[in-house]
Amino acid sequence: MSQSSDSSNNTPVIKCESVYKIFGNNALKLLENSNGQVDAKTFQEAGCIVGVNNASFGVKKGEMMVVMGLSGSGKSTLLRCISRLTDATAGKIFIDGEDLLSMNSKQLIELRRNKMGMVFQSFALLPHKTVIENIAFPLQVKGTNTRESMAKALEMVELVGLKGRENYFPRELSGGQQQRVGIARSLAVEPDIWFLDEPFSALDPLIRKEMQDEFLRLQAVLNKTIMFVTHDFDEALRLADRIAIMKDGIIEQLDTPDNIVLNPATEYVKKFTEDVPREKVLKIESIMDTYDPNNSSSTKVSKDAIIETLAESILNSKEILTVVDNNNEIVGSLNPTKVIKVIFGK
Amino acid sequence: MLTNFKNSRPQQFSFLFIVFLLLYFLVPENENSLLWRLPPLLKDIPLLINTLLDNLMFKWLTVPVYDPDWQMYEDKPIFRIITRSIADFLLFLIIFIREIFLGGLQTIGSITGGAFKELKWLYLPAVPWTAVVIGLFILGYRLKGLGLAFIASIGFFYVSIFGQWEPTMETLSLVLVTAPICFVLGLSFGILGYLSKKVEKTLQPILNIAQTMPHFSYLVPILVLFGIGDHAGAVATIIFATPPMIRLTILGLKKISPEVVESGLMSGCNRFQLLFRVLIPTARRDILIGVNQVIMQCLAMTTIAAFIGAKGLGFNLKVALNGLKIGKAAEIGICVVIIAVVLDKLSLAWANKQKDYFANLNFYKKNLATIYFILLTTILGVIAYISAFYFEEGFNYLYLIPFGEGLTIAPILDAGVDWIWETFFYYLNIFNKFLITNVLFVMRDAYLGMPVVSTFVLVMGAGYIIGGIRSCIIVGALILFIALSEYWNRALITAYMATFAVGVSAILGIVTGSLCARNEISAKFILGVCDFFQTFPSFIYLIPVILLFGITDTSVMIAAIAYASVPATRYTVEGLRSVPSSLHDAASMSGVSNFQRWKSIELPLAFPHIMLGINQTLIFALMMIVLGALIGTEDLGQIIMGCLSRPNGAGIGLTLGIFVSFICLAADNLIRTWADERKKLLGIE
Repeated sequence: MSQSSDSSNNTPVIKCESVYKIFGNNALKLLENSNGQVDAKTFQEAGCIVGVNNASFGVKKGEMMVVMGLSGSGKSTLLRCISRLTDATAGKIFIDGEDLLSMNSKQLIELRRNKMGMVFQSFALLPHKTVIENIAFPLQVKGTNTRESMAKALEMVELVGLKGRENYFPRELSGGQQQRVGIARSLAVEPDIWFLDEPFSALDPLIRKEMQDEFLRLQAVLNKTIMFVTHDFDEALRLADRIAIMKDGIIEQLDTPDNIVLNPATEYVKKFTEDVPREKVLKIESIMDTYDPNNSSSTKVSKDAIIETLAESILNSKEILTVVDNNNEIVGSLNPTKVIKVIFGK
Repeated sequence: MLTNFKNSRPQQFSFLFIVFLLLYFLVPENENSLLWRLPPLLKDIPLLINTLLDNLMFKWLTVPVYDPDWQMYEDKPIFRIITRSIADFLLFLIIFIREIFLGGLQTIGSITGGAFKELKWLYLPAVPWTAVVIGLFILGYRLKGLGLAFIASIGFFYVSIFGQWEPTMETLSLVLVTAPICFVLGLSFGILGYLSKKVEKTLQPILNIAQTMPHFSYLVPILVLFGIGDHAGAVATIIFATPPMIRLTILGLKKISPEVVESGLMSGCNRFQLLFRVLIPTARRDILIGVNQVIMQCLAMTTIAAFIGAKGLGFNLKVALNGLKIGKAAEIGICVVIIAVVLDKLSLAWANKQKDYFANLNFYKKNLATIYFILLTTILGVIAYISAFYFEEGFNYLYLIPFGEGLTIAPILDAGVDWIWETFFYYLNIFNKFLITNVLFVMRDAYLGMPVVSTFVLVMGAGYIIGGIRSCIIVGALILFIALSEYWNRALITAYMATFAVGVSAILGIVTGSLCARNEISAKFILGVCDFFQTFPSFIYLIPVILLFGITDTSVMIAAIAYASVPATRYTVEGLRSVPSSLHDAASMSGVSNFQRWKSIELPLAFPHIMLGINQTLIFALMMIVLGALIGTEDLGQIIMGCLSRPNGAGIGLTLGIFVSFICLAADNLIRTWADERKKLLGIE
């Protein structure tokens, strides 16, 4: 069981091996007969619905993995399998190397009380509790005494910027504020793993943007291992370290935002990427050439910068730039014509 | 042609009706023919129930119990010991609450075992009525505001000065004992039903029967099991008022969004924490609406429980009605209505009250209302005590206005009734006679002349057309059970009365509802009126109709129609108002007239909901028709009522109650299946 002792940075915090989730009465039998070749259509004829189809991946510590898909693609089901709100039909899931599916309910409760936090699309706040009581709730069911849990909850209230509203009831808050409470609640037990199920989908576009910024700020401070579910491709590009695009329960492509935009693996993924303004997604790194000392100016740009942010100055300079990494070491060069190509077409 | 027939409901129904008519006229009236009437194969059921009860109470599972009076062991059946201890426990609670309001020495007597019998001063002093009125004012203010405070306090003030304080408090004590018991039972069973599909499936038919069975039919079995008195009334009330609480608890828990449950799980709740800290508080509002229902049902039942010896307003009402003292009955009726309205408003206000945040208030501020109440009660108690010296000879009016010593408007009411009779008797009588001879009797004879085979063809055929073979068998089995008893003719009379009452109520309700649903204000108004009329216990409806039409079938029909129009109207308004406004706009832009819009858009969309209202209408009408036996009809109700005074009436009462319930369930099955199908078709829910 305990492989966590040798867990270095390379062992994934979340690991899925051929996870299937099939809804219906004869799901397990059908799955056994199919030898791992699950076809949604034949299953549907047998009265079963395929939620997750052969998902295998790992999420590293501190990584933000975004699962993107349209409604019915199985993205939320996948998240619920990993949080074990539903039991996967087949496959293996490891959390910090421990087999999640073989845990009994006591171990599962322990795991959730200490290692997991989750944010929901509809906020799912308890209507009879105030902001601070909602946030303190996970601590109180864990058995933390009132004084300590309130102190911790107050800390969380400040973290999400709701100070002064701790005695409000959820009904008295706006959608954005309610979700801040949801976020604070999910962070109260200081979990290592953070699940977010379409947290900003129910919010207005402007508030959504604001909450995304807030979320990035929080993640910069907290550095959690995150699984983030969304149906919004732009949101996925904005937030993700890696994106898994799902369709009919199958992960179509799992890659970094740059790679997904530059090399869509399937026709389906391509449809999403077609309208994406590349300069807003791609980093300098993805269009740089190998460094040629003879043919480069002294102007330096960071390889992690998004193209759009530097586009104007790059185009103004009209010479080949030097690309450097975080430690200011030279890693390549950048020809402004490439930037023009990215912005204006093929 | 044939495929056309397969898809056309109207054609199928017309065909069914033609077959029905053919059978109706072709089958000859012959007592020996199976086509005319089925043999009473099940006539022994009442006897069976009686024997069962008898064995339970006197023969089975006896244990020796020491009797201190005779100083010897006596064999007593366990079941009897259990029911009698429940009865004693309930009785103790009722008397305890009663003595808080009215004073007395039984509570202390039973606690001390009668050791201080000679100490005359040792008794529970009553809370003066003034304090109760003030208490209600504070409670009303605390829950909603000044309006409710005045309604509650003035209502009880009226009750007091009209000398109805004692019976009112007796009734109230029954409600206060039974309502919490119903709440606890209902909540527990509701939770069990939510947690386990099996429990829910078992509960469902029991709830259906309990809610459609006429109250009177289980009064006698309760009488046998628990004896006569307030405790029997309490048991009947608990049986009657618990089912809606169970229903609403299950409904409320099921309504919780799955994400809230998941958030509870992800917060690390175990099963117990999830239930009591997440699920129940989240379903709080539905559960509290359930409490409101429980209180209203309890009040309705405590008035009827007068028939098995429960004291209170119901008992006085029964006595007044028996003696045809209309003025007095009306006065008591008004009190029942007042209490109903006050309890309803208070409990609804409580249910709808949002939780306040108290954490940053100090003790004094938190408990301000309680402090005021205790203070005022003490002051008023002292005043009442002092005034005892002032009212030395007679009664202490500041403490308790005794029954029959208050103001009364009975003579005025009686005079009014006399005047109405003298002035309108002629017209009322003509109407009355016309209705009875030209409508009711004709209809009754038509129903009685119906051969059993044609009844079955009609009912099962309708079942088959609406819900397929399944509905056909269910409905057929329910009706077969009645047809195989001795009481088929009585059931037909009940059915005719129900048909008439439901027909008229439905027309009245749909017309009124449609007219009132035209705009927001009138819709709100009519829903308010429905709420108001629904709070009355069914008993109350009989008073004005007897006043106008005397003791005839017409009275019963009119009471039933008045009572049953309420759900028909309510569901019509709700159904019509729930038609989405975008559809209204779309219709207006297509250039429809008001009537066209009603006919071709609103009505079809609202119809499933209206049909559910008709379902309720049927249940209400049947309840009232059975109750109407109180003033003389000759249907099932009359026998059920008769059982109350018969030594072995338990079996018959229960059986007939189940028959009435089966009629309801058969209709319920057809209407619900059809409404569900329509809803699915229209994509509602």
